[in-house]
Parts: sequence; structure tokens; C-alpha cells
Amino acid sequence: MKKLIQLKNLTKNFDDQQVLKGIDLNIYENEFLTLLGPSGCGKTTTLRIIAGFEEPNEGEVIFDEIDIAKVPPYKREINTVFQKYALFPHLNVFDNIAFGLNIKKMDKSVIKEKVRRMLALVGLSDYEYRDVTLLSGGQQQRVAIARALVNEPKVLLLDEPLGALDAKMRKEMQAELQKIQKEVGITFIYVTHDQEEALTMSDTVVVMNQGEIQQIGTPVDIYNEPENRFVAEFIGESNIIEAVMLKDLLVKFDDVEFECVDKGFKKKEEVEVVLRPEDINIVKPEKGKLKGKVKSIVFKGVHYEIIVETKYREYMIHTTDFYEVGLKVGLVFDPEDIHVMYKMGN
Amino acid sequence: MKHLKNIIRPYIVWSIIMIVVPLLLVFLYAFTVGGNSLVNIKFSFDNFKRFSDIVYLEVFIKSFRIGLLTTAICFVLGYPLAYIISRFKESTQSILILFVTIPMWINMLLRTYAWISIISQNGILNSFLNKLGFDSINIMYTDTAVLIGLVCNFLPLMVIPIHTSLTKMDKTLIEAAHDLGANEVQTFFNITFKLSMPGVINGVFIVFITSISAFIIPKLLGGGQYMLIGNIIETQFLHVMDWNFGSAISLILIVIIIAINRVLKKFDLEG
Repeated sequence: MKKLIQLKNLTKNFDDQQVLKGIDLNIYENEFLTLLGPSGCGKTTTLRIIAGFEEPNEGEVIFDEIDIAKVPPYKREINTVFQKYALFPHLNVFDNIAFGLNIKKMDKSVIKEKVRRMLALVGLSDYEYRDVTLLSGGQQQRVAIARALVNEPKVLLLDEPLGALDAKMRKEMQAELQKIQKEVGITFIYVTHDQEEALTMSDTVVVMNQGEIQQIGTPVDIYNEPENRFVAEFIGESNIIEAVMLKDLLVKFDDVEFECVDKGFKKKEEVEVVLRPEDINIVKPEKGKLKGKVKSIVFKGVHYEIIVETKYREYMIHTTDFYEVGLKVGLVFDPEDIHVMYKMGN
Repeated sequence: MKHLKNIIRPYIVWSIIMIVVPLLLVFLYAFTVGGNSLVNIKFSFDNFKRFSDIVYLEVFIKSFRIGLLTTAICFVLGYPLAYIISRFKESTQSILILFVTIPMWINMLLRTYAWISIISQNGILNSFLNKLGFDSINIMYTDTAVLIGLVCNFLPLMVIPIHTSLTKMDKTLIEAAHDLGANEVQTFFNITFKLSMPGVINGVFIVFITSISAFIIPKLLGGGQYMLIGNIIETQFLHVMDWNFGSAISLILIVIIIAINRVLKKFDLEG
């Protein structure tokens, strides 16, 4: 795949605060890339630099092999779907979508055709002359997407576009956005703090924290092989355990040695291990590698969330079976479920 | 809610005494003849017939011309001023708006007398021009003098509503317009200006109605012979003592103002 955008060592300060501390990122053609992180991590600032609303203090924004860091937004082949849609309240649905084309002084009949095609794409064909301020959140969202896509940008930026919608609507729009991205075949850069949204929709997830990229990878990589404690904690639930890597394929924690699938660490290197709650199985105490007793059990709908207290720590386990509080149990897990990470700060 | 209703009662009484009753009296006087006494009143349209006299029509036209000019000048000066102020950060904006409104704290008569001392024949302006070797200019007691007085008095009434509508505007709309390919100028005319229309309409309306009904400023800066609608009404009430005719003119003015208000409101809703 061809690189479409390259961010090189981007830094950005607001007053005395450094919000981006050197971002390096390659974005490819036709990719659905998500910037994921807690609020204040710099994901929106990164997006705004790509859009052209902010100028980086240092670094380059290479777009199609040209540095556009100082190019104003109206000269970029990039369009944005804003967090609160930012539809023009004085224009109807048609004129909102046609705005970019009217600015380019396109032929009226061409504009009409393009706008109609976009309305069909987002499923709002009968809404041409509606007042945008009277549309529901989901409909406004669709207008905002159509207004951006009608300009046939090479990249569409989406700044938490589903944040204002209710849970059901959000699910629908997630599927719809993926469908639209496949249909128009352009790069989507999506900003969200919702890890589930990021995992379901993206080809690539970029996890950010405090102005730095923590990990770049596919949703499966990010979930299964978190590179550090932050990523493991931010994405899904996890048990994070301090451990020592004895040698390749052998890790020790809670005074027990475990076979694992990780290698390439230094001998006796202090590491952290992630165990996902759904990867731990509860067995009879004599069969378990670790022993403890059930401290609490909470029904979560599909599964129970069980806390097992062992000599060293508490483990969170997700299982569909019920275990009584106080029951003595053993815990087992497979070598490939032990995810060894570098310790934060190393 | 019930006790809140009781709180507004004095205001209702107050507005009945101070607004509704006088307006009804104006209405009554306009349609009657026979002086100020309510004993021997006689209903009649004579007052309105008198108004169709060319002299009065000319005054009306002149007033409208002055009013339109004042409004236009206030808009041309006031919009950029409001726009520039709205671009500053919030704390600076309130200081700048304070500067715009400070003149309104000073009595209008004083401000108008100040203008007299500047633009009169032997005023500051002319002595300054003479020092520089130019001839004196004579603007005192002309339309120009009246316009200067009206614009300076009413400019804040234009600036404040426009500034309010500009600051109320969602700033991401401007980013959205840039994002869609509109440069600074296109964004201004397609988005900013259109969204500030409610403020513009308010400003235009307030400046226009206050300037067509002004009478002290035209009297002082235009001279005793300078007649606008306000001056005629004042003359009828205070000098000629023909309250009936004065009321009729006032009523015509009120109707015109209401009509203008309606038209502008409609314009606002459609815009």
C-alpha cells in the first residue's frame, strides 16, 4: 500500500503545555485508521494538524510527498466531519452538502447530481430541502458525512463523530461508516476515546497517551499483544502482574514459573504480564497453577465477573459458570494467553 | 409561580399608567379636534388631511433620507468595528465594548454641544485648519452636521447587537467552511455575515427608528429652521400647542415604525 500521509516528529504546545511530544505516523491509502486515547492525549490536536486548523510547532505533515504543515485548510484535499457536526444553520440539507461544490463554482446540474448521489449514499434521499436544525442527531451526522464526502477528498477526518448519539444509533452508524468507507475507498482517520468503537471499525489503531503514541497495530494486535501497561489497561479489562523474564519462553510471577510464547527480553528482565479475564479458567484447587478463593461474583449479563483472591494478589476472571463466594479454586491459563510487556518507563 | 406573578403586578400597573394610557390619549387626540380640553371633543380626520400638505410630506421624506443615511453610515462603520472587536480574546472584548458604550454614559445634550464647539464657524476644527493654512469649512447648520451628530450618538446601538450575534456564533462553523474549501473572504460572506444578520437587522432597526424620530440633535446641529419629523411633533406640542395635529403625526410615525419592524422581522426569518 502507498503511504498517503506521513507525520514526522510533530510537536505542539498550547501556552506552556506540550500536547504533542513528537508524533511519527504513516497513514496509508484506503486505510481506516483510528486515533484512540483518553481525553487530553493529543488525538484531536493531531487530527486538527492534519486538517490544517492548527500549525505544528515542529515537524512535518507530508501529504502525497509534499509538506503541507503550513498550507491553509481550504487548500487541502482533506475534509472533516466535526464532533458536533457544525452544519450551517442558515442552509438546508441540500445547500449544506453543496457548500463545497458551490465554492468551487461547479455547474449547477453537476452539483445537483453529486449531492443527490451523496444523499442516497447516506440514506437521506427524501431530505433535500429539510431544515438542518430540525433533523435528529443521527440525520445531522449523515448530512455532515455527505457534506464532507461530496468533495471527493483523499482523506476523511472524523472527530468523535458518534459521541453525541445514543448507544443503539452509535452501533448502526459504526456499521454504516465502515460500509461507506469501503464504498468510497478513501482513507478515514477517526478519533475516539471509545476502545470498543476503535476495535470494531479500524484497520489500524493508534493508541495515544499524554501526547505520545503508545502502540500502532491492528485491533487484534492491540488487544492481544499490548506493548505496555497503559495500552493493556485502556483496551479491555486486564490483570496486570509484575513478573521476571527468566529466559526466552519462561516467565515467573507469584513464585511460579510459567511457559510463555514471548522472547527477546534480557535475562532476568523485570516485565509486566497481562492476563485477560476471559483467558483464565477456574479449576479444582489441586489442578490449578495458582490457588485462591472466590472473593466476589457479579453477574454482568453474558458472563460473571469473579474476583479470586490468591496469596499475592486478586485476579479478575470472566466466565459463564457460577462459583460460590468463599470456594477454594485453582486458576489455569495457556502459554499463549500470557502477554509479556516491557515495564512502563523502561 | 404564583408569587412571581404577584411580583410583576406593579410593573403592569406602571406600564398601564406610563405607556398604555398616554398612547390611548395620543390615539384619541389624533382623531379629534377642539384643543386640549376633553369636554368639547369632536371626532374628525382633519388632522390627517392636514398632514397631506406638501410641506409636511417633504419633512417626512427628509427625515427618512437622514434616517437612512445615518443607518447606512452606522452600518458601514459599525459592522467592521463589531467584527474586529469580536476577534479579540474575551477579556479584551469587554474592555473594547466598554469604550464603545462609554459615550452613552454622558448626557446626549453635552455630547451634542461638544460637537458644536468642534464644528462651528469659530470652532476647534476650523481654527486647526486655519493654522495649517486651509480655508475654514462651513458644516455647522447643514445636513452634514446633523449626520455627524446622529451617527456619533447612535453608532453604539449598531455595534452592540452585531457584536453580540458575532460572538454567539459557533466558531467551528468557520472551520467547517475553511475545511470545505472556502477562503477567508468566501467564509465571511457565506457564513459569518449571514449568521450575523439577526444582529444587523436589530442594529438597523434601532438606529433607523431613533434617528428618524430624533429632535434635539437636528435642532442643535441643524439650526432652528432645520425640520425633521421629531421637530414638527415637538413644535406642535410645545410651541403651537396643537396637540391634536402633533398626536396625528406621532401616530403616523408609530404605524410606519411598526410596519418597518414587521418587514425586517420577516426578512430575518427568511434570511
